[in-house]
Amino acid sequence: MTVSVALLFPDLLGTYGDSGNAAILAARLRWRGIDSEVITVRSGQPVPDSCELYVVGGGEDLPQSQAAVQLGADREGGPLRRAVDRGAVVLAVCAGMQIVGRSFTGPDGAPAAGIGLLDCSTEPGRGPRMVGEIVVDPAPELDLPALTGYENHAGATSLGPAAQPLGRVRVGCGNGPGRGVDGARSGKVIGTYLHGPVLARNPALADLLLTWAVGPLSPLDDTECDDLRGERFAAVLGRPRRRVRAGRG
Amino acid sequence: MVATERPPLPARTRLAAGIGLATAGLSRRLGRGGGSVIGGRAILAVDPDALARLAAGRTVALVSGTNGKTTTTSLLAAALGGPGAVVTNLLGANLPPGLAAALAAGGADLPAALEVDEAWLPRVVQATRPRAVALLNLSRDQLDRNNEVRTLSGGWRAAFEAHPDVTVVANADDPLVVWGAGRAGAVVWVGAGQPWTDDAGGCPACGGRIDFSAAPGRGWACLGCDLARPALDVSLDGPAVLWRDGLSVALRLQLPGRANRANAAMALATAAVLGFDRTEAARKVESLDEIVGRYAVVDAGGVRARLLLAKNPAGWLEVFDFVRPAPVPVVVAINARIADGRDPSWLWDVPFERLQGRLVVATGERSRDLAVRLRYAGVEHVRRSDLLEAIGASGAPDVDVVANYTSFQQLRSRLA
Repeated sequence: MTVSVALLFPDLLGTYGDSGNAAILAARLRWRGIDSEVITVRSGQPVPDSCELYVVGGGEDLPQSQAAVQLGADREGGPLRRAVDRGAVVLAVCAGMQIVGRSFTGPDGAPAAGIGLLDCSTEPGRGPRMVGEIVVDPAPELDLPALTGYENHAGATSLGPAAQPLGRVRVGCGNGPGRGVDGARSGKVIGTYLHGPVLARNPALADLLLTWAVGPLSPLDDTECDDLRGERFAAVLGRPRRRVRAGRG
Repeated sequence: MVATERPPLPARTRLAAGIGLATAGLSRRLGRGGGSVIGGRAILAVDPDALARLAAGRTVALVSGTNGKTTTTSLLAAALGGPGAVVTNLLGANLPPGLAAALAAGGADLPAALEVDEAWLPRVVQATRPRAVALLNLSRDQLDRNNEVRTLSGGWRAAFEAHPDVTVVANADDPLVVWGAGRAGAVVWVGAGQPWTDDAGGCPACGGRIDFSAAPGRGWACLGCDLARPALDVSLDGPAVLWRDGLSVALRLQLPGRANRANAAMALATAAVLGFDRTEAARKVESLDEIVGRYAVVDAGGVRARLLLAKNPAGWLEVFDFVRPAPVPVVVAINARIADGRDPSWLWDVPFERLQGRLVVATGERSRDLAVRLRYAGVEHVRRSDLLEAIGASGAPDVDVVANYTSFQQLRSRLA
């Protein structure tokens, strides 16, 4: 069997290199001898509901609304909802998280419907745009090492009772200043503000998503990823003086 | 070219310019760089309106966009007669201080060909009242600063609506440029191409989907409204530039690649707006063989290294067009300083898979990000933190070096 990773609307939601997340998921299966493919779904093409994993990235306001409509935010059901009901895994980053949530603020300033896979809603943050390196300590039950990424968003996200945060923010803003957490998760759907792309910097998170999709996996040599992680943590956490400046975002 | 009577500079602007030039000279003597930025800051500190006053009465042409600004400005400056005949900011100092310094340092009656940062363009149009503005392209670059290319495009649109006397020379193949030029008083549409389309998938006018399915370079149209590629006034016809009036100007450029033919077409179209002869201008741009070190072949410890600049995915798509074929190794240098953008995740939008089958040396301050990217791209690679060590690391006598903005500057100063 070939495991399919759907990359949704890279032409609308591909501003921050998040398409890399799909390539990474497919490669980490391939390296373990598991057949995999990336199915790139561009704007205007039908979204398949039969893939094992779905990746939705970050983008600008207007394309974000377009993507939400194409995913069926304005009607019941929709292909992504059907896939999740079947047990598919979803990684939704930044604008992607906002549209798989219940609602977000559209380009006209009015609330727009999301597709409701995550119990969260997003409004414009009150402070300056949140830009910079971010470090998140994942929720303990996920059993993951610290997450490193780069955030760049204006939206502040509030979680409802049916969603858990991805983790606690050690450096950066995540779901918004003072909230102390990043992301949202529910079942096999994970949302986060971390770019980088997030799976390039956090191979353990990639393997968690893959395990949800295909079961236990053999380990890989991630020396180069570990080098990158070491450098990023040192850059963000290692020099206390620079942390003050990083907060300017 | 129409000569214009220049009003005399106010005393405050003359003082500002003098102080700026002195500051720049001091900075150069102290070995602190070209000095134009610090000199320009001094000028604007003494006279905040200096940019407008130094530009007043002068024939000004501006060049802006994400990629090709420096090259197109160099080509335009050559088309206008080159050093001594034109004022220009060739070191890439493209914010108001750099522009003020360039104008203060050049002859008061000379035309100016100025490269302008895309986010600052509206303010610079307001201050310098240009005759012509060349708009090259817009795509993701410095993601941490220019959050939305659509916002930049909208800013351009408002600026030209407010200044209908400006003639815009615009790349008709980029929907974001077409939107940005849409309210200009006069537009010369150039089919300059834009192989990278992933930032223009959503229509800047209505949010609908832009269809690029016509053959590359042939056209595009929004499926939701009537925004579409305008009819061309100037087009690329193989190695020639073709005008709608039937004139075809042959171009024998020393600079490589499709992108540079497009840059030359934009420069020639802009020179034509200023009244320069198109055929003569073409002859003048052909002599350029490097642009501030770009495309130059240098000796680096016995290795012949050709230096190329690519600072974002759209730039990389053009560079793949003239990187030498395998097995020539490629050294890729990546930094993520403020001028590069602090977020290097754009590396994942570059199809590095195209470098499979040869050795790639990852270097620069963010070489670890690049090494991870190359691993997933299936590209054989090694990593060397030091730039010069990286050039020698392959053991090959010839390499192509592709660096992003600040790593390119570091490389040039190390090789000087």
